[in-house]
Order: sequence, then structure tokens, then C-alpha cells
Amino acid sequence: MENRQKEIDKLKDYKYGFSTDIENTRAPKGLNEDVIKFISNIKKEPQWMLEFRLKAYERFKQLKEPDWQKPKYPSIDYQDLYYYSAPKSMDDKPKSLDELDPKLLETYKKLGIPLQEQARLNGIAVDAVFDSVSVATTFREELIKQGIIFCPISEAIQNHPELVKKYLGSVIPLTDHFFATLNSAVFTDGSFVYIPEGVRCPMELSTYFRINASNTGQFERTLIIADKGSYVSYLEGCTAPMRDENQLHAANVELVALDDAEIKYSTVQNWYPGDKDGKGGIYNFVTKRGLCKGKNSKISWTQVETGSAITWKYPSCILKGDNSVGEFYSIAITNNHQKADTGTKMIHLGKNTKSKIISKGISAGFSDMTYRGLVDISSKASNSNNYTQCDSLLMGNKCGAHTVPYIKNKNSESNIAHEATTSKISEEQLHYCQQRGLSAEEAVGLIVNGFCKEVLQQLPMEFAVEAQKLVGISLEGSVG
Amino acid sequence: MKERLQKDFENTIRNLSLSQKDIEIKKFSLDNFINKGFPNRREEDWKFSDLYQIINKNIGELSFYNDYTSTNKVDTSVFVDGLEHNKIVFINGRIEKIDFDYEKKDQIEIIDQSEIINKFENDNSLSDLNNAFTNKSFKIVIKKGYQLSKPLIIYHTTNSKIWSKNINLRLDFDLQEDSGLRLVDLFNDSSEKNFLNIFYNFNLNENAILKNYKIDKVENKNIKYSFNNIEQNKNTISETFILSSGSNFFKSEVNCNLKGEHSSAFVNGIFSLDKNKHHEIRTIVNHLTENTKSYQLIKSVLENSSKAAYQGKIFVNSDAQKTDGYQLSKAILLNKDSEFNAKPELEIYADDVKCSHGSASGSLNEDSIFYLMSRGLNYNQARELLINGFLLDVVEKITDSEIKNLIKNMIGIKE
Repeated sequence: MENRQKEIDKLKDYKYGFSTDIENTRAPKGLNEDVIKFISNIKKEPQWMLEFRLKAYERFKQLKEPDWQKPKYPSIDYQDLYYYSAPKSMDDKPKSLDELDPKLLETYKKLGIPLQEQARLNGIAVDAVFDSVSVATTFREELIKQGIIFCPISEAIQNHPELVKKYLGSVIPLTDHFFATLNSAVFTDGSFVYIPEGVRCPMELSTYFRINASNTGQFERTLIIADKGSYVSYLEGCTAPMRDENQLHAANVELVALDDAEIKYSTVQNWYPGDKDGKGGIYNFVTKRGLCKGKNSKISWTQVETGSAITWKYPSCILKGDNSVGEFYSIAITNNHQKADTGTKMIHLGKNTKSKIISKGISAGFSDMTYRGLVDISSKASNSNNYTQCDSLLMGNKCGAHTVPYIKNKNSESNIAHEATTSKISEEQLHYCQQRGLSAEEAVGLIVNGFCKEVLQQLPMEFAVEAQKLVGISLEGSVG
Repeated sequence: MKERLQKDFENTIRNLSLSQKDIEIKKFSLDNFINKGFPNRREEDWKFSDLYQIINKNIGELSFYNDYTSTNKVDTSVFVDGLEHNKIVFINGRIEKIDFDYEKKDQIEIIDQSEIINKFENDNSLSDLNNAFTNKSFKIVIKKGYQLSKPLIIYHTTNSKIWSKNINLRLDFDLQEDSGLRLVDLFNDSSEKNFLNIFYNFNLNENAILKNYKIDKVENKNIKYSFNNIEQNKNTISETFILSSGSNFFKSEVNCNLKGEHSSAFVNGIFSLDKNKHHEIRTIVNHLTENTKSYQLIKSVLENSSKAAYQGKIFVNSDAQKTDGYQLSKAILLNKDSEFNAKPELEIYADDVKCSHGSASGSLNEDSIFYLMSRGLNYNQARELLINGFLLDVVEKITDSEIKNLIKNMIGIKE
């Protein structure tokens, strides 16, 4: 009884902390060629895909885990993880939502993503990824009418091999770095999006990631291609159950924007952050990179990072096409013992390229937050511009906020401007709010929301509301 | 390089009368340096300037042994005119003259530390090199309550007698309570292809004021590294100004430890570079206690394939509430091949602080040029005027008026 009460109390802090008892099919524990062949086989992948994976694995064996990041973590035993876990009922994949395991549907309902309703109501097309496997994609027919492909990447490998072959690994090469290469070897599923020439995607595309099984690493791979003159807005949300051990999440996201195309990628990341004493939680080591390949293309990253024990990621833009634009809007909130080392890279290669970075960091409790970024204007990128602003807010003197920007300008016709400030919530503002009847916590929530407004505005409507709530919840207990 | 280092080291200590224990300590530093070698770009602090490659490319084989047995003639023509000052003269790394003519003799103590091993603790391999090879090092103590009436100018002169040499210098300054020192480092090189490795250590006791101006203006092909460590106690002020211009490569590092309340550190610098030069300034300000203040302003004007880098770090300890830290770096790139790299860094563990940094780089403002030209100036005049104004901003930060004028005259900045 007492235990039960404890469980309930725990759930109050992190409402996505439940786990679902669903029978799982797992690959044998550990990482070796056989496991990779097992994954490839169970996915019924063609030979070239298996070769891609094995090549990555060969490379991975030579790579060393990086250690330059600020948040240090106990070393991960890569042989002690399951690299594939899928709900058993997915062995014969259901054709429609009605055939889905009711327990799965219930899980997504708890998460606030009722797949069935969303399929009926107008709204967002959702691809739900449970552990390592994509379980349901809604609205598919409607998208197909316009020629848009939105499906799990494992299906895309079979049905659209020419596209996958051409673009997979073109932005994040096989040999890139430790975690990205690991992902290339063992990724299990994820979303694939292709927007054909001149099409403006009529709805938001969205993926929900959920880690359920314990001891599992989640390695999903997302590939989004926006063909000439197209537009797409893509949302990503993540949650995981509460577990005392740390879980690894190493995803790769690749975006390719061709001439005049625009991709807007928004993330609300709310993986389980660990408990108040820093026990458990997700290691979120994600590689996200967008390539503005064509002229006048644009890629915009928006992220709200509130979860994970350790967040370590730098969504980047390679501005290769002339006149291309890269944007990065970020809110990162760390509380208790969470740690974040996040930021962006803007690599200017084409002429007249522009980039903008707005980063807001808030740290409270015993947490540690680092903005690390790179702006690199190459000698060929004439008439390019960058503007960077990173602000940090500190609550208490047990936490830390750091800024580590690298600024490289090799072109005299290009301009870079960088600003950063660190401060705390002013007593006057707090006093003003409290005088008008808000509690200290509400006042902090309000002020922080104001501090983040520039970024929250960039989010699509549905996400903005959720993100605003999250900002408030994440900081609970950090005042006073 | 290893054999060379060991041989030169044997020759160097032969001329010193050191105890066996001291030799062991020096040898330990030498072994450290042999292990680590010259810093390269794989080290975070040397990301923008790979000293290993720079030395390889510009000098090649270095020799570490310097024969200091014979004296050099002091060339008085390099002395600054029209400003009464005290002097310390280094020629080719050998100390030739220490002269505090304008001061009360009993207020300044000069301690020869050659026979005392006084290691410079730093994880940088160049400090190991310095520890192993410095053979004459002095400690200058400014007594309690005494403020030098005239500035002290340290002349770093090299002439064509040396070639491919590594010169290591080391000076310590102890400023006792309420004392004050104005110190100018003036580099005068007519030699080529040498590597100068200079370490200063300042200890500022309560209420002491230090002003240090480093001027590297004379064109030369040498490679230089300078490290200032400044320990600051209660109510102390340190002001550092760096004019980085003449040498082929120059990296200046300033490390300020603000240990006492109400201490403050100011570091300002100018890069004025041309012709493939590569310079860097790195500042580290550690705010370790409450109510401390720091300010950094670095401006660069870069021409003809020159390259400048600025790395600045403000560290705020969790006890250092009420810290005020500010850092700004600005660069004008005049030529397509010039390059400016910056890494302005904040590491903050206290919440009641005001810390900010800014960095901007780009071309000359075309609108301003247009404005000036429309008033009758030609393009070059307009450009000169804008650069002049851009740099004047930093020079105006110098609080000592005599030295401010000296520097203005040297770089030809008009008001």
C-alpha cells in the first residue's frame, strides 16, 4: 500500500512516468554483427541497407566516445543494452488503427495523443514510435493524394528505396561521430517525409516518441526531404517512463531542403529527467542536422528542452545554397540534477546566407546548463549575416549557466554579431506580480514565460500551449 | 627535438649553481615539456593558434641554449624620449640593466631568485619550458604604501646576434599593501625567427594598483608568447592594455584571480595586423568572491591575410554573488583574406550576477564611408578616420594620461 502511494506521488512530478505492460520482441542483448543482421532481417531490409549498417558498425568500432562535453556521465556499457525492442503484436503489422493493440492505444491516450480521434478529427498527421518501432501513422491517405510521403522509415526503405538511398547519410555521413555512427548501424525506425516539388504540406506532421521497455536504447532515424519549392512543418514530441537506471537515446535527424524549399522542425522534448536526486533519466544524445542544399532554401529549428537527465545536442544548419537561411530557436530548462549542453552550428558556405540564433537557458536547483555554438562563415560566403543572442537565467547559486560560442569569420563582406547575458529574475518583477495576487511560483512561471516568449512564438499553436505549461511544470519547486 | 632539449638543458644548468634537488625540479619540468611538446590545435586553448605548426613553419629547429656569459651593449636609442622612467633592459634575453633612479631606494627590493626554484604552476606546456630553461629570474617587491613616482619600462630588445633561439623570461612582482606600479613592456626586435616565452606573476596585496601596458609595435619576424598571472586581494585594481601588432605571431594571455572583495580587473587590447600576421589574446577572469568587477574590450583591424583570435572567459564561482562582468570584442576585416575568430565564454555558478558579452565582426560600414566622402574626404581619408575612431575607443580606456599619450603617438592615433 505504502509503495503504491509512493508510486502515485512520484507520478505527480512527471505525469508521463507510467510504463505499459506490453509483450516485447527483443534482439539479443549486446552489439555485434549478428544483432545488426537480426535487426535488418526482422525489418526485411534489402541488401544495400544491411551493407550500410555494417559499414557504419565497422567504422563505429574504430571510433572513441567523445569526452569534451560539460556534463560528464558514468561510462555506458554498449554491450549491456538491447538494440531492438518492439511490441510483440507488431510482428504482423496491423493494416489500420482498429487492429492496433488496445493497450498501445491506451498508452497514447494517456500521453494525450488519441490516435483514433485524431484520425477522424481534423488536425495533425501523427506517426507514433513506440520503443523502436513506428506503430501508427494517421492521415496517410489524405497526404498521399498530394504526393506527400509520410511513413515509418522502415517502410520507406522498402517502398521508396531510390529516395532513401540518395539522401540517407547525405547530411550526417556514416563516419560522422561516435553516436551518429552508432545510430547508423543500429537504427530501428523513425519517420520519413518527402514533400514533392511545389507542394505546401496542408497539415502539421508530427511524431511522438516513447521509450517503454527498460534497458533499451532508442535509436530512431528521421529523414525529411523537401523538394523544390515545397514547405513542411514537422513536430516531434518525446516521453519515457520513470526508471531508476539511465537510458540512452541516440537519434539522428537529417533534413534536406532543395531550391526554394522550407522546413520547419519543432521539438518538445520531455523525456524522463530523473528524480529529485538525479537518479535515472534519459541520456539524450541526438544528432540533428539540416542541409540547405538548394538556392533560397530555409531550415528552421525550434526546440523546447525540458526533459532528460543529460541533453547533449546541437541541431545545425549547413547553408550551402546561395541565399539560404538557417534559424535556431531554443529554450532549455534544467532543474534538480539535470544537465544540458546544447546549442547549434551555423555553417555558411553559400553567398548571401543568413542565420539567426536565439537561445534561452534557464537553470534551477543543482542543474547545469551550457550553450555551445558555432558560427562559421567561410571565405566564399560573401555578404552573409549572423545574429546570435543567448540569454541565461539562474535560480539559486547551486546551479550553473555557461556560454561557449565559437565565432569564425573568414569573409570581410560578412557580418557576425553575438550577444549573451546572464542574470536572475529581478526582485522588483517578482514583487510586482506577487502584489497583484500571484503566488511566488506563478510569478516565476509568468516571468519565465515572458523571458522565453521569442522562442515560444515560433512553435505551432498546439505545441505552444503544451510548451508553455511544460515551462511552468519544469520549474516547480525551484523557488524559495 | 628531444635530444636537442636534453643537450641544451645540460649546457644551461652547467652555468648555474643549483643544488641537486633544484636540478631535479628543473629536470621534472623538462620531462613534462618533452612529453607534451609545443601546444597544438588539439588543445582547446590553442584551437585558433597551433603553436606547434607555427614554430615548425616559421622557425623549424629551435635551439634552447643561450650563452649569457658576455654582456651586450645597451643601445640607448631605443629608450623612450620625453618621459622620465625607470628601466629594466633585456637584450637577447639577458638582463643588462635594472635602474630605479627616480625612486626611493629603500622602498623597492630586487631579489635575485636565480638560485631559488620558483615554479610557475600552470597546465600549459610552455610554463614547463619556462621553468626548465629560465636562468636568471628576479622578484621585485614594492614596499607597503609606496607608489612609484615614474613608470617602469621593461625593454625587451633582441638583435641580429640571435637566430632560431628560444628565450625564456620570468619576472615576479609583489605589490604590498597600498602600493602602486605602472609597468610598460616595450618590445624592440631587430632579430628574426626566435621564440620568446615570457611569464610574469603579480601578487597584489590589499589596495594595490597595477597598470601593465604591453606594446608590440615594431615590425619583426619573431614568435612571442606572454602569460600574465595576476593574484588580486581586497580592493585591488589591475589594468592591462595590449597593443598587438608588430610580431609575426604573438599570443598574450592574462589570467586574473579576483580573490578579495571589491577587487577589479580591466583588460583591453588592440589588434592592428597586416601581412599574414597571426595574433591572439586570451583573457581569463576568475571571480572567486563577492562584489568583484571585470571589464574587457578588444578591438581588431585586420588587413592582408592577417588573422586574429580572441578567447575570453569569465568564470563566476558560486560564492561570487554581485559579480559584474562585461566583455566585448569587435573586429573590422578590411581584406577578403583576413580572418577573425572569437570564443567569448561565460561559466557562471552564482545567480545574483550581471554578466554579459558581445562579439561582432564585419567590414567597414559603407554608410559611414559614404557620409564622410560626401563631405569631401577621399576614400582613404574616410577609411583612416573610421579606423582611427574605432581604435581610439580602446586607447581612451587607459587611465594613465602620460602613457596614454605615449601610446597614441606610437600608433599615430589622433583625437
